[in-house]
Amino acid sequence: MSPPRLQLEGITKAFGQTQVLDGIDLHVREGEFVSILGPSGAGKSTLFQLLIGGIRPDRGTIRFDGTPLAAGEGRFAFMPQRDALMPWRNILDNATLGLEVQGMSRAKARGRVLPLLADFGLQGFERHYPAQLSGGMRQRAALLRTVVQDREMLLLDEPFGALDALTRTSMQRWLEAMWKRHRWTALLITHDVREAVYLSDRIYVLSARPAQVLHEIRVPLPRPRAAGFQEASAIEANLLDMLFTGQTFAGDKP
Amino acid sequence: MPKQSSFFARVWPAALAIGFLLAAWQLYVDLSGLSPTLLPSPARIAQQAWIHRQALLDNSVPTIRATLLGFSCSLTAAFLLSIVMDFSRPLRRALFPVFIISQTLPLVAIAPLVVLWFGFGLMPKIMLVALVTFFPMLVALVQGYQATEQEIALLLHAMGASRWRAFRLARLPSALPLFFAGLRISITYAVVGAIFAEYSGAARGLGIYILNAKNNFRPDLVLAAVAVSATLTLILFGMTALIQRLAMPWIRFEQAAAR
Repeated sequence: MSPPRLQLEGITKAFGQTQVLDGIDLHVREGEFVSILGPSGAGKSTLFQLLIGGIRPDRGTIRFDGTPLAAGEGRFAFMPQRDALMPWRNILDNATLGLEVQGMSRAKARGRVLPLLADFGLQGFERHYPAQLSGGMRQRAALLRTVVQDREMLLLDEPFGALDALTRTSMQRWLEAMWKRHRWTALLITHDVREAVYLSDRIYVLSARPAQVLHEIRVPLPRPRAAGFQEASAIEANLLDMLFTGQTFAGDKP
Repeated sequence: MPKQSSFFARVWPAALAIGFLLAAWQLYVDLSGLSPTLLPSPARIAQQAWIHRQALLDNSVPTIRATLLGFSCSLTAAFLLSIVMDFSRPLRRALFPVFIISQTLPLVAIAPLVVLWFGFGLMPKIMLVALVTFFPMLVALVQGYQATEQEIALLLHAMGASRWRAFRLARLPSALPLFFAGLRISITYAVVGAIFAEYSGAARGLGIYILNAKNNFRPDLVLAAVAVSATLTLILFGMTALIQRLAMPWIRFEQAAAR
């Protein structure tokens, strides 16, 4: 088995008196889709802020390819919870943002993005402003902006949380198909059990705050995973069990 | 075109209200038989304005010049200072109270002093226009930068953007809606500021024209000059709206989506 690309060991973080993360261990291998599943407010987003260098852990180490992660190393492409598209840039220029920040000229960055528009269902909309697009299209544009940066790993922070149920399901199917083709190494934060089962190779189940890894489970299902698959339902039920049990006892911990 | 009709739909109630007020004014003057040296009727003001159109025009030019120059200076200063204040918290804390105090100065007291120090030329007018228009724009810009969406800031940080880069890519464009709101407020002060400066001492200008008309017991000409000044302000106000449309082409879609 390949060595892990990203490895977190004993990550602990508190904000003032509030303990948010309590000894998180997790890893992601090359080409693996891993989800972090936990209740709202468990500190999942704090984990991502540690990775993209906004804050530092109180204890624990973060390694990438075996070496400690330095601030501003730029290994991750990050997709925030809401799409965070700039309303004043059209879709094409929103998608090129990361490349421009990396120092690429706008013309060259556009050249990189244009051939990808069709795959992301955005062809013909490159000159539209975000306000003219539906929620699903905006989210695809945000994902395009993320993957075109060509970083080593994708960090997806509840990317479909703001969408309606139908759009979310269709986006999950679409993302699975895209992932099958590109084999991105990806870490997804979600509180949607079905989404985690549908997309992931492995799932870490976090407790309520202070967050600990309660379980690590494998999802051995073949892809594509049609929704309503019997085994998927069993795993979903199992995960929900874990989450609720974890929540009940989280408050009793000293 | 639907856009045009919606423009007229918005304008006609205001036009009707103004027309009604003018008609009531005219009727009152006609029926009460008040002397025009006390309260001239709108018709008389219009007639006298037409007769004195050359003088009004000659005196408008220096006022317009002072307004535009003062406003440009004020805009430039507000923009540069807003950037400095956005980057430096200590400076923001040090300067903000100073600018707030500058807003508490009564113009009646300051205007003659500025004329005393800087003479009857253009300089004191520019300074007074800048004084009254600077603060709304500065506040609008500083708050506009702070209105940047948190997630966009986080995203740029994750992309490795420098502070300056993030300012240009996100904070500056995020400030545009509030900036234009501040611009509209301060442009309505600009003409009044220039007239007040001229009132305190000038060779020519609407302010001095008003002063002379008042001293000659010609309220009709005072009000004619006031009408010119109001028209100037409305034109400037309309121009800011036009510039906003050009600078923020996406805003139409956001408004359409919100409807």
